Amino acid sequence: MTAEGRCLWVYAVVDDAAPGVTGGLIGVGGGLVRVLGAAGLAALVGDVAASEFGEAALRRNLEDLDWLERTARAHHEVIETVAKERAVVPMRLATVYSGDEAVAGMLRERAADLRQALARLTGHSEWGVKAYVASPADQAGGEQPEPDDPGSGPGAAYLRRRRAQLAARRDARQEAAASAEAVYGELGRLSASARVYPPQSPEVTRHPASMVLNAAFLVADERAEEFGAAVTELAAGHRSLQLTLTGPWPGYSFTGQHQTGDLQ
Amino acid sequence: MSEAPSGATGYHPAVREERVALVDLLDRVLAGGVVIAGDVTLSIADVDLVTISLRALVTSVGALQERSG
Repeated sequence: MTAEGRCLWVYAVVDDAAPGVTGGLIGVGGGLVRVLGAAGLAALVGDVAASEFGEAALRRNLEDLDWLERTARAHHEVIETVAKERAVVPMRLATVYSGDEAVAGMLRERAADLRQALARLTGHSEWGVKAYVASPADQAGGEQPEPDDPGSGPGAAYLRRRRAQLAARRDARQEAAASAEAVYGELGRLSASARVYPPQSPEVTRHPASMVLNAAFLVADERAEEFGAAVTELAAGHRSLQLTLTGPWPGYSFTGQHQTGDLQ
Repeated sequence: MSEAPSGATGYHPAVREERVALVDLLDRVLAGGVVIAGDVTLSIADVDLVTISLRALVTSVGALQERSG
């Protein structure tokens, strides 16, 4: 672990059978991905420079958004490529070891957990569903023409209009939250497992509306089409929401340690 | 970067996001995945990691918007 040394970046763990999938795959830091077997499992790893990926360097680099994006995308591309062909258990970003023997030791030590995760993820993919509060214009019957009240001046009319506006916004948000809960429950029924992430803030989504649901679902591959159709149908049935679907993702959110069943 | 839109598989959701958005990716790679502290990064707790990175993300994006706006 010297400053000029190499260390090992771990992408994911797969079943040891047929580990030939990594031929020519380039990963984090431009390094080739290789397979390291132990305990009947195989870790997909890449040699990286300690000067960039060692502990001190990681601390610094994780603060750098460009570095973080480059690294996250490289990590993801390796995992996604392999996930197209077989079940993978992704490792969290920045899982770094000092050498082959340390990784083999981890595989032996965590073999039971990793096998369980592999079994759960086999034949499944993750789908992301986010819901935003729909803008009033998108909602059926959102814009009510105001009856003219001849008994009041322009100031009172303004206040009335403003109050109605605020109430409408509050109602829209409440209705959206209730709808989001219904959507989460409905999609959960089509899934093997579900998990919610904190809603993303408008600064990072660059979406003008506020997010009321940021969920991940683990769906059996043979039900993926049904799941997609259900999202479309729910989007049509819940005018207070704007839904987006992402995926299929490798099962990042369902590796075993973070499942939470319920919203909130 | 080869990010084939996964919409090619024939699903027709309400709104299809074509490219993997960085925020969605960071949700997953920083808060998902198996947490095994490697022997090199043993002292980076997962909470620290998420905090560090999200702070980087929010700060940078905020700064970008200010500059362009």
